[in-house]
Amino acid sequence: MEDILTTPISQTALAHFEARLQNDEKIEPKDWMPEAYRKTVLRQMMQHAHSEVIGMQPEGNWVLRAPSLRAKKILLAKIQDEGGHGLYLYSAAETLGMDRTEMIQLLHEQKAKYSSIFNYPALTWADIGAIGWLVDGAAIVNQVSLQRTSYGPYARAMVRICKEESFHQRQGYEIMATMMKGTPEQQAMAQDAMNRWWWPSLMMFGPHDADSPHTEQSMEWKIKRESNDRLRQKFIDKTIDQAYVIGLTIPDKDLKFNEETKSYSIGPINWDEFWSVVKGNGPCNKQRMTHHIKYHEEGRWVREALEAFAKKQIEMN
Amino acid sequence: MTTDQARYQYLLRFADTSLVMAQRLAEWCSRGPILEEDLALTNISLDYFGQAEAFYNTAIPFGGKQETADDLAFRRSEREYFNFLIAEADNGDYARTMMKIYLLSVYLEKIYTALSTSSQPELNMLGVKSLKEIMYHKRHSSAWLFRLAHGTAESASRVQQALQDVWSYTDDLFSTDVCDELLSGELNYEITAMKHVWLAEVEEFMKQCGFVLPQTTYQIQGGIKQMHTEALGHVLCEMQYLQRAYPNAKW
Ligand SMILES: [Fe+2]
Ligand SMILES: [Fe+2]
Repeated sequence: MEDILTTPISQTALAHFEARLQNDEKIEPKDWMPEAYRKTVLRQMMQHAHSEVIGMQPEGNWVLRAPSLRAKKILLAKIQDEGGHGLYLYSAAETLGMDRTEMIQLLHEQKAKYSSIFNYPALTWADIGAIGWLVDGAAIVNQVSLQRTSYGPYARAMVRICKEESFHQRQGYEIMATMMKGTPEQQAMAQDAMNRWWWPSLMMFGPHDADSPHTEQSMEWKIKRESNDRLRQKFIDKTIDQAYVIGLTIPDKDLKFNEETKSYSIGPINWDEFWSVVKGNGPCNKQRMTHHIKYHEEGRWVREALEAFAKKQIEMN
Repeated sequence: MTTDQARYQYLLRFADTSLVMAQRLAEWCSRGPILEEDLALTNISLDYFGQAEAFYNTAIPFGGKQETADDLAFRRSEREYFNFLIAEADNGDYARTMMKIYLLSVYLEKIYTALSTSSQPELNMLGVKSLKEIMYHKRHSSAWLFRLAHGTAESASRVQQALQDVWSYTDDLFSTDVCDELLSGELNYEITAMKHVWLAEVEEFMKQCGFVLPQTTYQIQGGIKQMHTEALGHVLCEMQYLQRAYPNAKW
């Protein structure tokens, strides 16, 4: 009796939370969770949502110049999917107690990040191929793993999103394959895109495990299910052969195939570049944010009108 | 001009209108006032691309030339396009884009409804196929215009301005040429009567929004005579860039 009265509620709640994690059960919005867990998941989901939305910019840069009716339809549908992922992730993140407006505010104040990969420019049509094939390809490896993340709404969002991602990667690979079968100019364009996007795609998985201080806690909470290096290796092993099939060269002179482990080992990643882009000094950081803020501001009158209209409707009823 | 040639050219009128409209709406990608609308506008753009393709592919056999939908879209110049001028008019702000979509979709709804009763099987099929999407575009744009008209003072005045500006492109929708004459037996509509129906519906809707129709008599016309505004050249220039720069390449 004494015991029950003196034990703080959070102690039993914490035990309950940990038991759920232990049994691989999902944590749901109504469940008690440690504040640090809530913050970590919220941050990750918000950044994931922002990444989907900012990612619309480099691809949107080619939507008006896509070279066939078919290419136009595919690219538009793909970008639309990404926007849909953004919407879906924003509402899933809202279950943790922050609304979309505030998340966008944090993005604009540069207190919330998005994937650094979108701070590279989409210079030629081949970049649209490289983005779909490599960037979505890397995202898939990460998102498949996150289907088993411990926060229920996030895990379910990933299941839904992963269904669309394989189409994204295929359309990108198809663009590359078509160009590699094309004129010498097209082949050069494809290889150039490969050279520029290969290393940034590998950086998408984040620093090496040894230099990734938050990984351990995230793994304990089962937010993260596999380490950065492990996910990166999966991506490398499945992608390199795809490159060879269509005649692309991997821009890595140290690349080796290990017969024993049946996997590739790569040369050193340029982490200075990675951190420089993360800290805001990539080629498009400024452009992406300026664009997002500009059109958010230009749409303000529409959102205000919508709110005013809704208020009038309520008053009338 | 033979009947088949008339069908070819008549269908290009709608194919080109759909294509240019699609291209314009795709400009909103990553620029919408809210994410939901970004997606809705790309969705409408996608519908129009699909319709353009369907109209091109239906037109091609009537033209009797060796060509593809992509040839028609990417290898013709500004004096070879048949689209209505409203399609190439710049997007402007969100109110103006919604006004363009609304005024055009009321018109296309009437045309496609008539075509869907045509005795000519291809026209009939295109009418039936396109109608559902066009009706959705009309619902979407009218719902937005209504909300904006009854939103804030700013949004109401932007819609009013949009109506004023886009109005000058509407007579163009009712211009006709020799194709209409040659196909009169299978089009199942008469353009003057259709204009009355269109006008009555638009007037009634604008009344609900709190606006009267513009008094302006200033109208620009010429789309189906291949006389365009300066805007079209820029739209095509951007759209056709890769096909023109690498004429031997396949994408
Ligand atoms: Fe996505
Ligand atoms: Fe994707």
